[in-house]
Amino acid sequence: MTQIELRGVQKFFGAVQVIKDLNLKINDNEFIVLLGQSGCGKTTTLRAVAGLETIDEGDILIDGKPIQHLKAADRDIAMVFQSFSLYPHMSVYENIAFPLRATRKSKAEIDSEVRSVAKTLQITELLDKKPSALSGGDMQRVAIGRALVRRPKAMLMDEPIGALDAKLREEMRAEIKRLHIKQGSTTIYVTHDQIEAMSLADRIVIMHEGVLQQVGSPDEVYSRPANLFVAQFVGSPVMNVADAAVAETASAVSVTVGGAAAGFEFPRALLSKLNGHAGGQLALGIRPEGVLIRHDAAAGFLPVETQIVEPLGSFDIVDLKVGSKMLRARTKSGFVGGPGEKVFARIDPAQAHFFDTASGKSLEVRL
Amino acid sequence: MAAVRTSSEIGFNRVAIVAVLLVTIIFLAPIYWIASTAFKPRNLATTIPPTVVFQPEISPFVKLFAKRSQMRNPASPEEYAAAPWWERVVFDGGEKIVRDGKGQVQWSGYPSRFLNSLIVAITSTVLAVGMGTFTAYGFSRFKVKGEADLLFFILSTRMLPPVVVAIPMFLMYRAVGLNDSHVGLIILYTAFNLSFSVWLMKGFMDEIPKEYEEAALVDGYTRMEAFFKIVLPEAATGIAATAVFCFITAWNEYAFALIMTSRRAQTAPPFIPSQVGSGLPDWSVIAAGTFLFLLPVAIFTFLLRNHLLRGMSFGAIRK
Repeated sequence: MTQIELRGVQKFFGAVQVIKDLNLKINDNEFIVLLGQSGCGKTTTLRAVAGLETIDEGDILIDGKPIQHLKAADRDIAMVFQSFSLYPHMSVYENIAFPLRATRKSKAEIDSEVRSVAKTLQITELLDKKPSALSGGDMQRVAIGRALVRRPKAMLMDEPIGALDAKLREEMRAEIKRLHIKQGSTTIYVTHDQIEAMSLADRIVIMHEGVLQQVGSPDEVYSRPANLFVAQFVGSPVMNVADAAVAETASAVSVTVGGAAAGFEFPRALLSKLNGHAGGQLALGIRPEGVLIRHDAAAGFLPVETQIVEPLGSFDIVDLKVGSKMLRARTKSGFVGGPGEKVFARIDPAQAHFFDTASGKSLEVRL
Repeated sequence: MAAVRTSSEIGFNRVAIVAVLLVTIIFLAPIYWIASTAFKPRNLATTIPPTVVFQPEISPFVKLFAKRSQMRNPASPEEYAAAPWWERVVFDGGEKIVRDGKGQVQWSGYPSRFLNSLIVAITSTVLAVGMGTFTAYGFSRFKVKGEADLLFFILSTRMLPPVVVAIPMFLMYRAVGLNDSHVGLIILYTAFNLSFSVWLMKGFMDEIPKEYEEAALVDGYTRMEAFFKIVLPEAATGIAATAVFCFITAWNEYAFALIMTSRRAQTAPPFIPSQVGSGLPDWSVIAAGTFLFLLPVAIFTFLLRNHLLRGMSFGAIRK
């Protein structure tokens, strides 16, 4: 049972504030992913929890007890580094046994625990090798083994698979997930890769410039982004965002983007949901799969011209020119012949997001 | 895939091999000269042109270690027959080994000088490398106020030829009674080597990723334990290289040893040439002394050669 809580954590590097008033509660057995661009403070947060970095203000609590004044060694936390940090002068066995040797365990106990972890990770045959003789994936397995062997209160992982090549990364991702389901330990995982975050996390914590942007399940952050940053950071291809003007028409509401001649049709309910923001500075956000296109004209579809077609195998990404703005749509592969084709597009109101341009905050419009 | 080498490449290779051989010969020639002279009988040591083919003799080494005197008359046949083989070779050169009243062989000054050299060089190397390693670790891992200035200050002790301070040092040492003492020389050589050791070790420490220690800290070790269990083994290459250089400097130091020591703590470098002046110079004996003097550094370097080769610790961290 391990709960980790960060309360009002602040961290400065000189005059630069890298963590700004961070509050976060992590539940027992939860797999939390800190997601953000490099320099957003996610690694610093992780290192602060580990005890490798001091914090300037706030509390870090494990099971309700403040630990920010404890040394790293006394926090009973394990960490996996991006660089793996296997001790090069020790064999795999010694590397895994190293955390146990810091405790007062007997040789026999250490041996049985090392072997049991090695078995779980399927690295038993590597125990006698030196780290330099291992492949990237095996190094990572050993690093995870070294972290698991002590049965720590929590596991911290700092981009643990960031250094691997794409195929291996996918394999290890699945392995980490399987291991977490099997072993079940409170885990904080840092990455800049949103696919990794989406596939692993129970909850994703998105950070930007030291400020927590949103905490939520992968589905929540994808389908209900709290602000423009999250909207554009999560999801690939990136969400379309365009300044929008909302106008009431006879039958419905029209949303014009990029100063186009005509607007996309939205249900009347939009006006009430915008809650008075309708006349203000608005941005419309729509993921490529929310831009629907067809070859023939139909009610609510606007004529547009295709600009670029990116075939991605299972689907195509088509850039459509709407006024001065480019909207990217996701289509079946081969749906559009090529650039310069005339097609008809509309925006699925159910998938549309509206943001206040000034604050960047989502207006929480759900149609 | 077999690479095909062009004839010009082969030609270049041959030239390169010849050049390497030539350079090697130039470097090894003095060593050969010393080694061959050390085994020559006295009369062959100074022939012009030099004698290349000769019957090697052990007598220079016997003479090096034993106190001896010139004999007016050759040894009598009885005396010769009664003497052990190592005394006969001295008789052959027209000298005899000096014995005390009880008939014990008297040692020459060489063995004690050699021992002094070992004591002073080893102790000062251990001290300089030890302190240098800790200092370098501190500079490398912690934020030290005025780090650059301090490091410059440390290096500045090497910005003048050490001999410049020889006279003031001599006067100071005499005042505090450190002249002609092991401790005095050890302090001196440690001080010389320390700045060098700090700078060299700083470079090696900077190269050890700090994630290793962080991993150890998270794994439940204190910083001190992490230093000894992780950093030190990782720094072995650097420590070995630094130790070799410090040892060579301390072992070969001549000027201060000459000024600061006279008998009790005198090291081999000032002693060996001092033998040139006593009577007719016996070049074979001097060469034998020099030859033996070369060995510790050669052995020390040979033992550490694996550590001097880099690459042992690479490949365990992904960058």
